Amino acid sequence: MNAIITVVGTDQVGIIAKISTYLSQHGINIIDISQTVLSGNFVMMMMVDLTGSTISIQDNKTALTTLGDELGVSISMMHERVFSAMHRI
Amino acid sequence: MMYSPLEIKETVDMFMRYKLDVRAITMGISLRDCAGPSGVDSRRRVREKLLKVAGNLVTIGREIEIEYGIPIINKRIAVTPISLVAESSDETDFTPWAQTLDEVAIELGIDFVGGFSALVQKGMTSGDIRLIESIPRSLAETNRVCASVNLGTTKNGINMDAVKKMGAIIKATAVATGERDGIGCAKLVVFCNAPEDNPFMAGAFHGVGEGEAVLSVGVSGPGVIKAACEQYRGAPLDELADGIKKTAFKITRMGQLVGMEAARRLGVPFGILDLSLAPTPAVGDSVARILEEMGIESAGAPGTTAALAMLTDMVKKGGVMASTNVGGLSGAFIPVSEDEGMVAAVRLGSINLEKLEAMTCVCSVGLDMVAIPGDTSAETISGIIADEMAIGMVNNKTTAVRLIPVPGKKAGEWAEFGGLLGGAPILSVSKFSCADFINRGGRIPAPIHSFRN
Repeated sequence: MNAIITVVGTDQVGIIAKISTYLSQHGINIIDISQTVLSGNFVMMMMVDLTGSTISIQDNKTALTTLGDELGVSISMMHERVFSAMHRI
Repeated sequence: MMYSPLEIKETVDMFMRYKLDVRAITMGISLRDCAGPSGVDSRRRVREKLLKVAGNLVTIGREIEIEYGIPIINKRIAVTPISLVAESSDETDFTPWAQTLDEVAIELGIDFVGGFSALVQKGMTSGDIRLIESIPRSLAETNRVCASVNLGTTKNGINMDAVKKMGAIIKATAVATGERDGIGCAKLVVFCNAPEDNPFMAGAFHGVGEGEAVLSVGVSGPGVIKAACEQYRGAPLDELADGIKKTAFKITRMGQLVGMEAARRLGVPFGILDLSLAPTPAVGDSVARILEEMGIESAGAPGTTAALAMLTDMVKKGGVMASTNVGGLSGAFIPVSEDEGMVAAVRLGSINLEKLEAMTCVCSVGLDMVAIPGDTSAETISGIIADEMAIGMVNNKTTAVRLIPVPGKKAGEWAEFGGLLGGAPILSVSKFSCADFINRGGRIPAPIHSFRN
C-alpha cells in the first residue's frame, strides 16, 4: 500500500536526511517527494510504498511520531486512498 | 507528486487540527430469526448471533483506523427493535433482553447497542407496552444499551397515548438513575419519522425492511466545517454555502471510503452513510460555533434558524453526491450538553427551550440532550414531545426528543453526564400546563399534504 507522510514545522538542516534514513532502514521506498512553505510553515510531503516495510504500520507511526518530537516537527502518515477519495472524483 | 501541497495539507489539517473523524461504524443486525416462545432460548440465540456476526467489528475497525490514519471513535451495533423480537415470549419484564445486549457489547468491546426500541406510531401491541414499561429499569441496570420509541410519522399521525406514556417513562428513567443526574435519559430518545438506518445513538435500530446485516457509517466534522467557514468571512451567504458544500463533499468521501472498506472486510453489504455534524463537548468540535462563525453573536440570537437551515441543507447537498447511499439523519445535530458552544450559549442566556424548538424545524434531528428541572411534570414532558412530533409530522422530517429531567435539580443548576455526553446548565420549562390536552389521549390524525401554505 502507498501512504503519504507529511512533515510540518520549522525548516532545519537534516529533516529529509533523518526521515529518509529511517525509511530506508525499515525497507520503505520513497516514490515521490516534494516540499514547500505554506502559511509560513515548512511542509514536506512524501509518497511512500509500505509493501516492503519490515515493521507494522502502527510501529511506523509511533516511530515517526518519536522522530518528529526529536526534530520539533509534526509528522503524520495516512493511506494514499484518503487523499484520492477527497481530491479526485 | 500526485497531489498538490494544498490538497495534502487540507486533508492532514482536517484530521490533525480540526478533529475530523468517523464518529461511528454501526453494524445493523436483524434479530427477527431469534424470536420464540421462550425468552431464555431467544436471548441465547440473540447472543450467539451477535457474537458470530459482529465478532470482528472492533478488530476490523481498529485495523482500518491504523491503516488509513482515520480515527473511528465508536464501534456500535443496531438491532431489530426488541419489542418485535421479545414479544413472542410470555415475559412481562424485558430487562433481561437489555442485559443480554449489554453483556454482548461488553464482551465485544462495543460502545453502544441500539435497538431496545418500539415502533408505536399508530398503536401499541402487548410487546410494545412491555418494552416501554421495561425502559426505566433496563437503562438503569445497563450501561451500553440505548432505547428509542417512534411515536409518530407523517403518514400515520401521532400516537398521543404513547406520547403520554413516554412523558412518564422519561421521568421514571431519570429517577431510576437519579444518583447520576438522570443519565438513563441520555440513552433514551423518542422520534417522529424515525429513520430505519440511522447509525447514530441513542436512536439507532435495524429497521424491519433492512437485510440480514449491514454496515453503516456516521461521519462527523463540525471543526472542519467551521474552519472552512473561516475562509469566507464577510463573503455573501451563497459563496459561504458553496464552501460548506465542498467541504461536506470531501468529508463524506472519506466516510464512504471507510464504510466500503469496513463492509468489505466484515463481509456484509454497505448500508448507508450518515453525514451529520455531530458535536462533542471538546473545544473545536461544536455546531454552535459554526453558526457563530457565520455571523451570529451567540447561538440562539435572531438569524440562528436561518443560518442553521443553510448549514443543514449544504451538508446534505455536499454529502449526497459524495456517497453511493446517503441515509440516516444526515444534517446538523444541535444537542446542548454535547456541544461546548451550545453550553456557552445557555450560560449567556442567548438560547432557550423555545428557540431550540424553532431550530429543530430545520436541523436534522430535534431537541437533543436538553437538561430540564427534575420537578417538570410528566404531562409537560409529553407536551414538549408532542410539539416536537408535530413539527416532524407536518414537515415530513425526522424529529426527536432526548430530554433529561434531572432529579432534585432546578433551572440554572449544572447537570453532568460525563464523556461524550458532556454536561449542561438546566434550562427552564414553561410553568403553564398542558395536562388536559395530554390526558385526552388518542391520536393526532395524519396531516394533509395538499394545500401546503
